[in-house]
Amino acid sequence: MSTIMMLDPTSEHRPAKRQLLPRLTTLSEMTIGLLDISKPRGKEFLDEVQTELEALGATVLRYAKPTFARVAPKELYQRISSECDAVIEGLAD
Amino acid sequence: MPSSTATSYSLFVKKSCPTCELIEPVAKLLYELLGSRLTVYIQDDMSFLEEINQRIDDGELEQSYRQNIEIVPTLIRHDEDEQRIVGWEKQQWQEFTGIPELGAGLIDFKPGCGSLTEDPGMAEKLAAKFDSQKLKARRIELADAEDDTEACFDRGWSDGLPVVPPTPVRVMRMLAGTELEADELIGIVPPDNIPCSVEKVAINAVMAGCKPEYLPTVIAVVRAALQDRFCMHGLLCTTYFSSPVVIVNGPESRHIGMNSGGNALGQGNRANATIGRALQLLIRNVGGGKPGGIDRATLGTPGKYTFCFAEDESDDAWPNLAMDQGYQREESVVSLFAGDGVQPILDQLSRTPQSLAKSMAASLRSVVHVKKFALADAVLVVCPEHRRVLRTNGWNKQDLLQAIHDELVTPGTELVSGTGGIAEGMPQRLKDKLLSKFRDDGLHIVTAGGTAGMFSAIISGWVASGERGSQLVSQRI
Repeated sequence: MSTIMMLDPTSEHRPAKRQLLPRLTTLSEMTIGLLDISKPRGKEFLDEVQTELEALGATVLRYAKPTFARVAPKELYQRISSECDAVIEGLAD
Repeated sequence: MPSSTATSYSLFVKKSCPTCELIEPVAKLLYELLGSRLTVYIQDDMSFLEEINQRIDDGELEQSYRQNIEIVPTLIRHDEDEQRIVGWEKQQWQEFTGIPELGAGLIDFKPGCGSLTEDPGMAEKLAAKFDSQKLKARRIELADAEDDTEACFDRGWSDGLPVVPPTPVRVMRMLAGTELEADELIGIVPPDNIPCSVEKVAINAVMAGCKPEYLPTVIAVVRAALQDRFCMHGLLCTTYFSSPVVIVNGPESRHIGMNSGGNALGQGNRANATIGRALQLLIRNVGGGKPGGIDRATLGTPGKYTFCFAEDESDDAWPNLAMDQGYQREESVVSLFAGDGVQPILDQLSRTPQSLAKSMAASLRSVVHVKKFALADAVLVVCPEHRRVLRTNGWNKQDLLQAIHDELVTPGTELVSGTGGIAEGMPQRLKDKLLSKFRDDGLHIVTAGGTAGMFSAIISGWVASGERGSQLVSQRI
């Protein structure tokens, strides 16, 4: 596969590689989404994570994908991004 | 025998050229006489001239590109002058090499074929490949799974519509549209005050969808936008609607196929659409001016995608906008106006200039606000049918300007704050004055539009006009 190369149209003051979004500096008073991808025992694992997060002052909202085999439906990721400051996706098996 | 025993030669050929095939015995004789002093560069098929030891596979065309080969066969003599001959002309080849018997059995003359370096689109590909040091912009390598168009969105380079991905080949092709060097500086682009090279203009012109032939116009537009009088920085930062409106005059507008006729202010013409967009993308990408960032317009205007058109110059007796700015009719000029949207003036009944001027003036009263005077400039776009009403009755542009001015002179008492139960209005201290709607040189008249329809238009300007804000600027292409 040939790699596509483009010339930077900008002032080049920002790094060439895309940057991660700013990380949260605190969990206190933040809303954290926990996304269960719907694999077995995910619920038990995420229950523990929720307890830990709430102890740090976060509000936790729980979500689940209909099936682990497919990407999250549009409505679900739009809901998460509008309701949460950050999301943790549970990939446990 | 060859003229000098020290002289070496390069022969560029392709097998698919009948003239190159014709001179096969010539090449072989040259090889017999010159030996290692002859190098043959083959562009296509290495089964050609296999008897010659010193053959170079130039399938990548690097040597052909570096030697500017346009025609095959080309024979270059590497002496002080680096002379070359192309095609086949028996006597010329014999004299050039000093070998009187060269090609003796061949016909006297057969023109060569185009070098593969001259194939359509090849020049830019080769330039991007072998002259890439000319391009100074940072290279951004996409990951294998990235879609190139989506990648431009993801990196924030787009105005919201898809852009053409600025690959090195496309940028080289764009740069062929100007005689300027890629690294020549055009100016300092606000709001971040970034020095901007021709190359950066070309990159953003590629993304906007420009053809290379538009680039000189785009460069003139950028130069105009960066004139101090235009106040691009303030225009970008205003909460008001305004944005650059580009008006192009002169022969270049016709050479590049701009639209000054039906739908001139609308969609569908590539030059109109992309030249205006190139400026907007440049301000966004090089200057860093983005909505939500430093651009905090309350509503903005659709012209912030692009707003660019040419003037109808079909009436030789009617001066164009550039001429109003001191240029000659035969000069190609761009003018930039800090303007908003389009406000129609429908007048299908006026058949005298007096009536039409009153009609236009009444509509122009609404620029910014009917009670705000001398605040914003405006461009009045006179449609051809309205111009005909003026011209057939002996009026010129100056007559129209004067009539509109006279019609709009208004007592301050009608305009001050509170009058008509409207708090907005001019300051009370002006209530005893006669006020003009536009400052001197604040109303510009251009002609554009289709030949059917008595619909002219107002392009209202930024409320910061004149020296305290933006003034119409012009720049030769």
